[in-house]
Amino acid sequence: MTIGQTLLGLLEEAGPRHGYDLKRAFDERFGHDRPLHYGQVYSTMSRLLKNGLVEVDGVEPGDGPERKRYAITEAGVTDVASWLAQPERPEPYLQSTLYTKIVLALLTGRDAAGLLDVQRGEHLRLMRELTRRKTEGDLADQLICDHALFHLEADLRWLELTAARLGRLAAEVGA
Amino acid sequence: MTGPLLHAENLHKTYRSTPALEGAGLAISAGEIVAVMGPSGSGKSTLLQCMAGIVRPDSGTVTYDGRVLSELGDAERSRLRRADFGFVFQFGQLVPELTCVENVALPLRLAGRRRRDAEQAALPWLERLEIAGLAGKRPGEISGGEGQRVAVARALACSPRVVFADEPTGALDSLNGERVMELLTAAARQSRAAVVLVTHEARVAAYADREIVVRDGRTRDLESSR
Repeated sequence: MTIGQTLLGLLEEAGPRHGYDLKRAFDERFGHDRPLHYGQVYSTMSRLLKNGLVEVDGVEPGDGPERKRYAITEAGVTDVASWLAQPERPEPYLQSTLYTKIVLALLTGRDAAGLLDVQRGEHLRLMRELTRRKTEGDLADQLICDHALFHLEADLRWLELTAARLGRLAAEVGA
Repeated sequence: MTGPLLHAENLHKTYRSTPALEGAGLAISAGEIVAVMGPSGSGKSTLLQCMAGIVRPDSGTVTYDGRVLSELGDAERSRLRRADFGFVFQFGQLVPELTCVENVALPLRLAGRRRRDAEQAALPWLERLEIAGLAGKRPGEISGGEGQRVAVARALACSPRVVFADEPTGALDSLNGERVMELLTAAARQSRAAVVLVTHEARVAAYADREIVVRDGRTRDLESSR
């Protein structure tokens, strides 16, 4: 996820905010597994400021560092719009670690089928966990979990297909 | 009871000259939901049928609640299937001439309950599966997803200790399939019924407590393969 554009979008939606409020809004909506670090927020905001995508709307002195309130600029709004309009590049994972592990297992005479089974078990375990979370959660949880579940399912199908083709793969890589 | 409720050990089954099971086994505790996965033709449905006493294995044993199924007579096995087991299949399991509530009440009537009594007992199950409005409709008048919910209600209505579900969402789109799985697993957990869930879909299997894989007629427990 692009943190800069997400924070910009949140600023556009809610009007001027402090970095702390932005972090809270981000974590609440998108940070289910990975809440932002304060450092990430402040370094991102400095970059956006430098690039003219946000401006300082006010400064409040406090006990610690002074609290800047940020507002989105015209250029910032345009940046969010063009980011949303741009399709994401599908990630084909052509050089997957799993493929490398399987080939290496075959080449070194290890149990490649066992490796696939262990990986399958791990994928299924995570799918169970996500399904439980989805069943107990709200619509946002369901959509987030579904996205992960569909990807894990695709991985699993690949693992199954690879298991069925292990003999041929072994012959082709010369194991 | 401390041991498994249902236990299949070293099952072998050959159809003509094609082996379907070659040493498969599975133990299920009371209230446990286990997904049986595997590619088409791997033997997973045969395993379910042997465990439910529908098909007799060539060798190996299936023990249910301390009784070996193959040692029971046909009548006793039928009684067990009616009283203790519930079934959900992919499709074609509802009686087309009966309304939904009559379909759900059917196993209760077969168990000797009077018509009105059985239908009274069936209604809460339709409510639980969120299809109370379909009580008076016939299977031909409802959608596939609704039909599967009726089938789930029917499987659970006789308070079975084990539900056998063979590709219960196989004919449904993913949204309907997921809803059926949510309702099936929630209702089974509430009733403390064990479920043997045969599926080739990982997303469906993820509703279970654990999975085993059937490959070439043998079972493999992924949890213990680490």
